[in-house]
Amino acid sequence: MERGREGRGGEEDRHLQTCFTACEAIPLQYCLSGHPTLPCNVLKFKSTTIMLDCGLDMTSTLNFLPLPLVQSPRLSNLPGWSLKDGSAFLDKELKECSGHVFVDSVPEFCLPETELIDLSTVDVILISNYHCMMALPYITEHTGFTGTVYATEPTVQIGRLLMEELVNFIERVPKAQSASLWKNKDIQRLLPSPLKDAVEVSTWRRCYSMQEVNSALSKIQLVGYSQKIELFGAVQVTPLSSGYALGSSNWIIQSHYEKVSYVSGSSLLTTHPQPMDQASLKNSDVLLLTGLTQIPTANPDGMVGEFCSNLALTVRNGGNVLVPCYPSGVIYDLLECLYQYIDSAGLSNIPFYFISPVANSSLEFSQIFAEWLCHNKQSKVYLPEPPFPHAELIQTNKLKHYPSIHGDFSNDFKQPCVVFTGHPSLRFGDVVHFMELWGKSSLNTVIFTEPDFSYLEALAPYQPLAMKCIYCPIDTRLNFIQVSKLLKEVQPLHVVCPEQYTQPPPTQSHRMDLMVDCQPPAMSYRRAEVLALPFKRRYEKIEIMPELADSLVPMEIKPGISLATVSAVLHTKDNKHILQPPPRPVQPTSGKKRKQRATDDIPDCKVLKPLLSGSIPVEQFVQTLEKHGFSDIKVEDTAKGHIVLLQEAETLIQIEEDSTHIICDNDEMLRVRLRDLVLKFLQKF
Amino acid sequence: MDPESSRLLPALCAVLADPRLPEPDDTCLEKLLDWFRSLAAAGPSLRLLQEHPCLVELLRRSAEGPEPSRPVFAFSLRLAGVLSAQESCFHLLQAKLLPLLFGEQGAPGREAWMAPTVRSAWIQGLHSLAQHPGALGFLADLGAVDRLLTLQGDPSLFVVTAAGQLLVHVLGLALHNCGPPCGPPLDPQWPLLASSLLAQLEEALQPASTPQLLQALGVLTNAFTSCPAPWAPALWGRLRPAMTCLLEGQPLQAPHALGDLLLAVARSPEVVVDLGPWEMLALVLGRLEPSQGGQLALGVLQLPECPQALRAQAFGVLLQPLTCVLSTSTDAPGLQELPPSAVGGSASLDLLLASRSACVGLLCCALARLALLPPLPWRPSPWPQAFLLGAVVAVLRSCNGHVPISAAGGRLCAALVGCERVQRAALDLLGALAQDAGPPELVLEVCGVLLEHVDSPDSSPTVLKKAFQASLTWLPHADKKPHPCGLQVPAQLFLPELLQVLRKRLCSPSWEVRDSGLEFLTQAASLWAGQADFRQMLQASEVPPLARQLLRDPESYVRASAVIAVGQLSSGGLWAHPGDQQGSPLEGLLDMLDTDPDAFPRRAILQVLTAWLRDTHGPLAAHPEPLLARAFQAAGRDPDWEVRARGLELAREFLVQTLGRIGVPCPYVPTPLLDTPPADTQALHPACRTRLFEFVFPALFDYDRPVARAACELLLLLRAQTTTCATPPQAGDTPDPATVEAALHCWRTGEAGRPLGELVPQAVLAVLQALDLDDLRGTLADGSDHAEKSPLSLLQDMLAAAGAQGHNQVDCY
Repeated sequence: MERGREGRGGEEDRHLQTCFTACEAIPLQYCLSGHPTLPCNVLKFKSTTIMLDCGLDMTSTLNFLPLPLVQSPRLSNLPGWSLKDGSAFLDKELKECSGHVFVDSVPEFCLPETELIDLSTVDVILISNYHCMMALPYITEHTGFTGTVYATEPTVQIGRLLMEELVNFIERVPKAQSASLWKNKDIQRLLPSPLKDAVEVSTWRRCYSMQEVNSALSKIQLVGYSQKIELFGAVQVTPLSSGYALGSSNWIIQSHYEKVSYVSGSSLLTTHPQPMDQASLKNSDVLLLTGLTQIPTANPDGMVGEFCSNLALTVRNGGNVLVPCYPSGVIYDLLECLYQYIDSAGLSNIPFYFISPVANSSLEFSQIFAEWLCHNKQSKVYLPEPPFPHAELIQTNKLKHYPSIHGDFSNDFKQPCVVFTGHPSLRFGDVVHFMELWGKSSLNTVIFTEPDFSYLEALAPYQPLAMKCIYCPIDTRLNFIQVSKLLKEVQPLHVVCPEQYTQPPPTQSHRMDLMVDCQPPAMSYRRAEVLALPFKRRYEKIEIMPELADSLVPMEIKPGISLATVSAVLHTKDNKHILQPPPRPVQPTSGKKRKQRATDDIPDCKVLKPLLSGSIPVEQFVQTLEKHGFSDIKVEDTAKGHIVLLQEAETLIQIEEDSTHIICDNDEMLRVRLRDLVLKFLQKF
Repeated sequence: MDPESSRLLPALCAVLADPRLPEPDDTCLEKLLDWFRSLAAAGPSLRLLQEHPCLVELLRRSAEGPEPSRPVFAFSLRLAGVLSAQESCFHLLQAKLLPLLFGEQGAPGREAWMAPTVRSAWIQGLHSLAQHPGALGFLADLGAVDRLLTLQGDPSLFVVTAAGQLLVHVLGLALHNCGPPCGPPLDPQWPLLASSLLAQLEEALQPASTPQLLQALGVLTNAFTSCPAPWAPALWGRLRPAMTCLLEGQPLQAPHALGDLLLAVARSPEVVVDLGPWEMLALVLGRLEPSQGGQLALGVLQLPECPQALRAQAFGVLLQPLTCVLSTSTDAPGLQELPPSAVGGSASLDLLLASRSACVGLLCCALARLALLPPLPWRPSPWPQAFLLGAVVAVLRSCNGHVPISAAGGRLCAALVGCERVQRAALDLLGALAQDAGPPELVLEVCGVLLEHVDSPDSSPTVLKKAFQASLTWLPHADKKPHPCGLQVPAQLFLPELLQVLRKRLCSPSWEVRDSGLEFLTQAASLWAGQADFRQMLQASEVPPLARQLLRDPESYVRASAVIAVGQLSSGGLWAHPGDQQGSPLEGLLDMLDTDPDAFPRRAILQVLTAWLRDTHGPLAAHPEPLLARAFQAAGRDPDWEVRARGLELAREFLVQTLGRIGVPCPYVPTPLLDTPPADTQALHPACRTRLFEFVFPALFDYDRPVARAACELLLLLRAQTTTCATPPQAGDTPDPATVEAALHCWRTGEAGRPLGELVPQAVLAVLQALDLDDLRGTLADGSDHAEKSPLSLLQDMLAAAGAQGHNQVDCY
């Protein structure tokens, strides 16, 4: 059955000659991102084109020099870098710092692949969590995208905050200089690592504007967990709680007979979001698995312990603690841990500062999304109490938040203190100022909790650095043991995942436990690859109108199986198929014009031959032939059935599962005779 | 038996014997039997029966009358056994009653035999009865051995166990009664009953009869542990052919039970060495899979006397899983030290890696068994210390995700990574291995892996605690002179790093971790407070101030551990830097004793104060009285009885120091109490100044009995010391009896009045004389429920229950 995108709103009528044949189509997946935790995939399934997440790979910014809020003599005086042959034409673009080379320009981001598929054909974008929508403005504003974006309310609101913070961080430190020479392929290969190895640098783009953010967000339609959303009648998509962040979702994409589960950024740990809905993922044909933990060897509980211990040690020694972080997510859990910890650790008098242009909104938003929180926090709302204890920290002045280091903060600032601020890449945001301010003292500590960036690369432009560095990545997403349990529980027929998950990490190549282990083995994909998903669509659901159903006369051909022939008109609208009774034959009328019109509207209804069913038992068939005077009969077995050879009559009868052929030379009488003998074994209806 | 019980007993026996009355409670019958058992142990049972013919009547009605209830019938069987344990009583009952109870027409012939409780009671009754030679004839007449052998296949496990125990007992009794063996040493004249029993057991040792085989092996194993020593060689000599035959069977039947029997034989010192079971043990060990042979191998290694070859074979079985672990690694130290049986090859490795649970289970068992060997004086020699250290380090590294460079190493790591069970067992073994050192490079690795575990955020609190304990045992080995090969022996590295990690651990949000850290600190300070290096490193580490800070921890367990740690640091002079202004923690602790809302820290404080008081150079050495006065006052009004009890320990320690030795605090102290000169009343002045007696006298009437008993014991000792007081009190010095009585009344009722005013020594002595401490001690020795627990109370309860039931029946009717 051929259907095109016209099915979205158009109407298409077809005649059925005999019966509706099942169609076969292979769903395709286009992989647009190479980052397994910042996925961007496009799924073509039942004539719909669905983009699954649009994550933005910000690790590209690590190649750039930090943007200091306050003029930094150290950064401004870094020497320019020149090629080995002494050519210095790049010294304005590239600066050298402690043996590393950085681009001195506005940081740029690595976008999802835009050439693999025409993104204007994308019908919908499904967002699974706020970290996986950061490339949305690039997609919705620059590709001709006209579809709809679906996401939960917290995802949209916190995603907006993250984008707003990003735009703010970059726009408030305007940099006139733009570097592009180094991107020339011939020049790039002469550069030292990691610049030399950076991929697709020509596609790297500057940050979007707030206007683009607003426009992109206006295309989002809000959804709730377990809400069923029909896409053009062809498929139904449903967000499920994934347990990772406020409003984070996995998605079920299903038709009547096929089910694809998209698991992205899920967590089974008991943190603040609603727990993960695993049960609804059962019976999937394909489970697309992305967004696993980036640090599978680090247990989040242990890391929180390390975080608290190191924080306390630093502060007790009179040092300051800097925590580069996003304005939402793990910070809520960290503040909750600290709320319980600071009194026991004797840190009650130490100020905690949260500095971000969106700090206030983030802290307030977290308290109002009660329905998206775990049960414990939800029940607090009915007391009524704020679900997160950071409200109390703010009330008691233990936690103070500021939009920036300028303004009130500079008046209130007391040391030793703990500062939570962005950006975790250490390339822009208020964190740059604190790195410059505190980096020279070994009393101070920077504690990395966000797992998205290599802390060593993040620290590279600040070397030499005296302050202590502690790496406590807290990634609550599924680890491989949890994945293994999840897959045993939900038992998908096939698993598809990024290639990084199908082999141990390169640095721990013998850790066979650090990969997805399932049967059959997971199919893997990589950036810019198109993958045929491992299932075929075989069935389509068709409704039969009641009056047509009444007219059917089923015949039982096997116990429990009845067949009936149907002559009907197949009416297809919005990807829903209905069999309607065929129109009655039109009475001849006198008006010529009217007759002509009727002929146009009504398709031809030919007289149909009866359908046959049943199978031909070869031995009995041969006996029947012998009874009817055929002799010298030979039977040969073939791969698909049998060949009965009538040597005397020079005739072949091929008997297969779904067809029988009589091959004889121009002897129509013989053929008809043989046909009648064959038909004796079959039922007609 | 008291007269009142004597009076009630006939009525109770009548109630029990009446089948129309409802069944009595099982627990009551059990208590009643315990009472009769104690009566039989205290005097002749015959007299008991003569004085209380109702007991015989009860037994007679159980034996002859209509079917009694099953609990009462079972009770009668057991009672008959208890009473017949004495020969005189046995002869009285043997004539008629015992055959009627235990014989064919008794329990085994009745319908009640279907009940496991009755079968069990029949066995227990006979077991109690079988204490004298006369009983053996009775058992033989009954055909008890045959029936007991049949009962070995009983569906009830209790019956099977009891039957097995009785068979062992009968065999032992029979051999014991006939004296040392007569005739050839290996083929003596066996007593008839023993011979018949052994013949049947030998018959069961046929390879084909598996259930009987297991039971026979069980009985024989126990028989070897209880049979008279002179008979052990003869018993072994008799069983040996059947055992040889059994070992030739294919496949080997009941290998574990067989191993247990052979071990029991091997533990019997009388078994002649050249006939010993060594060859058979070697054969069984060789025929067991490595995963099955561990327990037997451990049993062999725990034998003090054992041929070297067998010991090596058994050791090899235990070492095999670790050999497999090391074979996955490129660096396998000490392999040449191993016995050949330890090298398992690829089949053993495949077996180990067959599944995660198999691998974890096998390794845990091997590690736990190996940890038992180092303290044994006869442990295998040469001891493969280097190999074991290398293997344990490899196991611990795999648990932490460090993979040896091989495919098998990857599989092993996947099975072990994060496995707490294996980590615990490996750390225990590592701790046990610390009694020897090892090559310096391996000591370095051990220190490294211990640090890794102490430092790892993924170490569970239990693993962390074990890692700390193992570190304590390895620290002395780290303190060695530099190795000639130039390796940095970690003496100067391990401890500072350990202290660095300890600092972090003391700041952990997990209270278990903070607690374990403090325990480690306490132990380390108690072990090495005298070592200059340790003192220097500890004081430079900022650990002591952190411990001090934890005195304010929100978790009471942690505060208690912090108190103990601070106490230890203070005793060792490690409380603060020499130049530090930090004063003694004593004031702070006394404040805590007054204010801490939880009992654990308060108990710990009194424990620390007592330790300090014992230590003549401790923080309490100078001017302790005002501080102790505060401590006694706080302890006296503490709501927690353990705090008050520890306060009394402190009081006793103080009295020991002020009066000289009172009581014998340590059993090894040679000076007995009575040899010490009596104390002068002047010696009581310090105690009076600390208001010790204002705490101790009221404690005598404490509602919590342990406190009252402790106070009573303390005052009894004091009284013994002061009754022969050298300076008799002058008239007018002592308070009048009425005042003393008023004071006692106050204390007894818990009132706050102080009729005696400040307790001066004379008043203390007057009170001591006024108190009937001996009587009080007797009263306190009885449990508060001693009246309810008395036999009289039991009889009354049982009669009342029967009566109440009877009334109800009438009502219902």
